[in-house]
Amino acid sequence: MTRALSKHDPAKKWSGPTRPYDLIKEFVIALVVVAILAGGLAAVFSSPDEPALTLKSWSTTDPADFVQTSVGELAGTTTSAGYGAPYNTAAEGQVLGPLKLQKWAGVRIPINPAKDFVISPLLILPDAAVKQAVNEWNVATSDAQTKWATAYADALAKSPKSTSLEDAAGNYGPVPTITTALLNMAQTGALDGALTTSDTPLPTNFTKPMLFIADSGTYFPDLASAQHLSGDQWGVMNETGSWPGQSWLWLFSFFYQVEPFKSSENADTQVMSLLGLLTLLLMFLPLIPLLRRIPYRIPIHRLIWRDWYRRKKA
Amino acid sequence: MSKPKMWTTRVREATLEKYEPTDILPDTQPAYVASWIYVFGVATIACFVMLVATGLWLSFEGPAWWHTSSVGHYANSLHLWSVELFFVFMVVHLWGKFWMAAWRGKRTSTWVTGVIAFMASIITGFTGYLIQGNFDSQWIATQAKDGFNAMGIGAYFNPLNTGQAMLIHVALMPLVLGGIVVWHVILVRKRGVVPPIEAGADE
Amino acid sequence: MHFLSIDLNHPAHYLHFGVVSISVGNLVMIASIVVLFVLALALPFPNHHDDEGSHK
Repeated sequence: MTRALSKHDPAKKWSGPTRPYDLIKEFVIALVVVAILAGGLAAVFSSPDEPALTLKSWSTTDPADFVQTSVGELAGTTTSAGYGAPYNTAAEGQVLGPLKLQKWAGVRIPINPAKDFVISPLLILPDAAVKQAVNEWNVATSDAQTKWATAYADALAKSPKSTSLEDAAGNYGPVPTITTALLNMAQTGALDGALTTSDTPLPTNFTKPMLFIADSGTYFPDLASAQHLSGDQWGVMNETGSWPGQSWLWLFSFFYQVEPFKSSENADTQVMSLLGLLTLLLMFLPLIPLLRRIPYRIPIHRLIWRDWYRRKKA
Repeated sequence: MSKPKMWTTRVREATLEKYEPTDILPDTQPAYVASWIYVFGVATIACFVMLVATGLWLSFEGPAWWHTSSVGHYANSLHLWSVELFFVFMVVHLWGKFWMAAWRGKRTSTWVTGVIAFMASIITGFTGYLIQGNFDSQWIATQAKDGFNAMGIGAYFNPLNTGQAMLIHVALMPLVLGGIVVWHVILVRKRGVVPPIEAGADE
Repeated sequence: MHFLSIDLNHPAHYLHFGVVSISVGNLVMIASIVVLFVLALALPFPNHHDDEGSHK
């Protein structure tokens, strides 16, 4: 591979013409300019603050959706119940070819949605009828539990605005009592507290209440898609309201809009891996044969250094 | 037989003695540094300083402050717009450096540390979005968890664990990112600003 | 500065170009990157007095 010799070896210390330059002054000017820009933008445009959801707001705004989701947790049909690692072993999880990355990580944040989101919080209630219902649930076989919960879920699906149904035939077991009690508990705000302090008195880990809210059929996802935040809406780079979002996540968002990722069951693993690879390509670009020659082939540098090239010619 | 070198001597020789003071803080620059493209590195650093300053302000008042105080909301807005400016200036800086082939002359590690800083900035921004304490942070957390879980790291970096996200954002990442930026700038000072691509030069 | 504030607390306007769907806010941010880059290359940089020859 022949190459024309550079007149100045870029690895050597510069010994050519220089000019006085005040680096610290430049930094201070930059800081002042940025402060004025940010200060102005902040004053004019402010920042978004769409209020956080709680189990209280969910159960109050859409009690039917809350109850249906609770029944789903008991029936094992929700996203959390069938998620797989790191919460449980209900699914294999996503793969990248032969690499079962999700499964291999193991169950390190054990979540049993029926127990953690529904049954355990009810244990703190003093109501005797609720205690009896919980007890009836706990001593039943898992087949009986699934049968009750599934039957109730099916019945509720036919009556989508209901928050509880009569059980004349006795098909639902203790499920209606349990979910009605949970709805009432959620509407008082007590369930939010119970789920954030179940493992530690310091409520800084919102895994349980957020997994529960994320299981909602309509409440959470509908609010998100109304704000254009869903994955199929380039949501990853968007912000609530009309504020700019994270435009630097454009490439990550892009891949979810196109095949094969768009309809892939392993989309997350594939897109994350692809982005990792592209990041490495960017990082080691100076070592990559064709890519590193692009600045020579498309000489935008002639604009950057036009004064210098003019001087040298003279 | 000479005594073995002291650790202090070794560290000094490997660091301080490698540089002249005029290498670290020169008051001249090569005549070819004559384009507005060159201000975007320092502009990015200025944004980083704004982010640390507004971040310290927000930290001092606690994570719930900005939801209930109009001064707090302004502090949050300053922090958010500093982020937007930070990424705008950083990308212009990246584009400039690419078209200058700024990795020439043993400057590969300057380029590499720059990309690492870019990635570390995205991680820092991401953890920042997670601790807003509003609907946006809740949605981002529940979506991001799927990405992390799919890669098998979701149990170690749990976006739903707001306490973890907050400490990573406020303590860990500023130190990591600050360290990378310092290293990046030292490399620039060590090698000097990359000279122009010479006519006829191929690589 | 309250009278100068522009309320962005309403649903964003989205522009569609094929598979691309982008909010006005994000488009403005990306456009500013392009504009700043072009201006940085195009605008003349003030020339100061140079030292000819080598420094030090």
